[in-house]
Amino acid sequence: MRSALVTVAVVVAAAALLPLAYANQLLLFNFVVFLTLAQGVNIIYGFTGYLPFGYVGFFGAGAYGFSLAVMHLHLAPLPALACAAAAAVLLGLLLTPLLRLSGAYFAIANLAASQAMLQIVSNPNLTDITKGPYGVSLSGVFSPNLSYGVAVAILAATLAVMVFLRHSRFGLALQAIREDPVTAGMAGIDVVRGRTVAWLLSALVAGSIGGVFAWYVSVFYPETVFSPEFSIFAIVFALFGGIATITGPILGVLILYGIYNAIGISAPQYFQLIYGMLIMGLVLFLPNGIVSLFKRWGFDVP
Amino acid sequence: MSPEPLLAVSGLVKSFGGLVVLDGVNFHVMPGEILGLVGPNGSGKTTCINVITGLYKPQAGSITYRGRAVGGLPSHRLVHLGINRTFQVPKPFLPLTVRQNVEVAAAYGRPDDLAVDIDALLASVGLDGHAGKPAAALNSIQQKMLDLARALATGPRLLCVDELAAGLNPAELDGVAQKLRDLARGGMGLLVVEHLMGFIDQVTDRVIVLNAGREIFEGVLAEAVRDRQVVDVFLGTDHDD
Ligand SMILES: Nc1ncnc2c1ncn2[C@@H]1O[C@H](COP(=O)(O)OP(=O)(O)O)[C@@H](O)[C@H]1O
Ligand SMILES: [Mg+2]
Repeated sequence: MRSALVTVAVVVAAAALLPLAYANQLLLFNFVVFLTLAQGVNIIYGFTGYLPFGYVGFFGAGAYGFSLAVMHLHLAPLPALACAAAAAVLLGLLLTPLLRLSGAYFAIANLAASQAMLQIVSNPNLTDITKGPYGVSLSGVFSPNLSYGVAVAILAATLAVMVFLRHSRFGLALQAIREDPVTAGMAGIDVVRGRTVAWLLSALVAGSIGGVFAWYVSVFYPETVFSPEFSIFAIVFALFGGIATITGPILGVLILYGIYNAIGISAPQYFQLIYGMLIMGLVLFLPNGIVSLFKRWGFDVP
Repeated sequence: MSPEPLLAVSGLVKSFGGLVVLDGVNFHVMPGEILGLVGPNGSGKTTCINVITGLYKPQAGSITYRGRAVGGLPSHRLVHLGINRTFQVPKPFLPLTVRQNVEVAAAYGRPDDLAVDIDALLASVGLDGHAGKPAAALNSIQQKMLDLARALATGPRLLCVDELAAGLNPAELDGVAQKLRDLARGGMGLLVVEHLMGFIDQVTDRVIVLNAGREIFEGVLAEAVRDRQVVDVFLGTDHDD
């Protein structure tokens, strides 16, 4: 518990203070986004075993929830963020029937759902509402420093949820469901409710950070916020580091997204391929990520 | 007036596709009673426990527990009402510690908020000294004992036990038999599925013999072994006497 809180405090402090020392705020912002998304994947995959290949659907729903609230309801950014979170949770509720599917079927259906979202939002017939394929411009609320700060606050809240899941009965119940739903039922756990809560919690995380993303960049196309790259990256970062831990996804983002930014920007298509293959390799050979190596060597990792 | 049964099963039917596995099963369990459920492989014993504990919905018939119709309720609701079971092939939560496996059942499975003495519970099934290990580190017999501890942590009134004795050595068999009898003496009703007739003889008050999804005998084991139909089922029908 202590070491988990220290880890969280260090990460949040670094995210909050680095812009003072380092000029590329956009890069730091993207790190904050992926740190948050990787923990969101951690909630649903690490604690229930559902691999959310369409996780970006919640992110995009949040981005558009924010944008619609700003454009049509003329809300200020913070109340608009509440709309972003609500939009993602609503989408999560609509998609709860997917939780009846198992394994690859869930992953594929979730991917299809996120692509359907993209098609709906970018439909030219909805241009009056969503701006269709032409994209959203929210220059009226553009405020990089404030939105960066709010993103860090959302990261902090997400990490706090993870600390809770790691150290609470509820987190134990979710892991029990992941390991064996039948035995979990006979331990008195409401399996359907547990999965639904984890699913909606992960939707809330992605929707909130998606809303801040829309606020931070202020100008974007539907393809930007529904790009499958968000799902793949968030999953591979979480898996690489180690799911169901707090440190794992953090390490995954710092290492892999660091490498990506150091050498991958010039050839992003290779990275999608490499990361796609990395997911398969990790699921097969190192399902508990690199933190499991540390644990094997006798270090306790929160 | 006879006391009310803890569990009464009547006309229970369950099929998978075209295969009728339970074909109108009837029996009851009294509080404090140990009822044996025996029968050849594939006769529907495990399925019967699965339906009683909410893994499958019964297609016909009724399950009455403490006077209340409980057929088709989800497992966790039945657990909260005081029904639990062990699994023929236990599937503990492997990365969680032995203690956490029991802890989560104690936290979620009890209708009351009574604190469970997890150390004592683990000791009572011979798992003291293993509490901090991941369940994956246990051998299959220890996993069966952990499964029993998981069930007991929920404070059941009705416990279904599915082939718990298979693979135990004689000393361990005696220990488990003693444990089940102690539980019954405390008022718990037990439904015990077992192939080892010596064990069934040692622990049960009464047995039901199941064949192809129907009960063909109900009574004490000593009579069952003299029953023509039961002998046919266990030895094959082509013998002549
Ligand atoms: N989930 C299932 N799907 C299909 N068939 C099943 C299923 N569960 C059990 N059966 C079948 O039902 C029959 C009874 O199985 P079971 O109840 O496990 O028998 P027992 O425990 O008496 O050995 C077997 O023929 C088995 O193959
Ligand atoms: Mg069986």
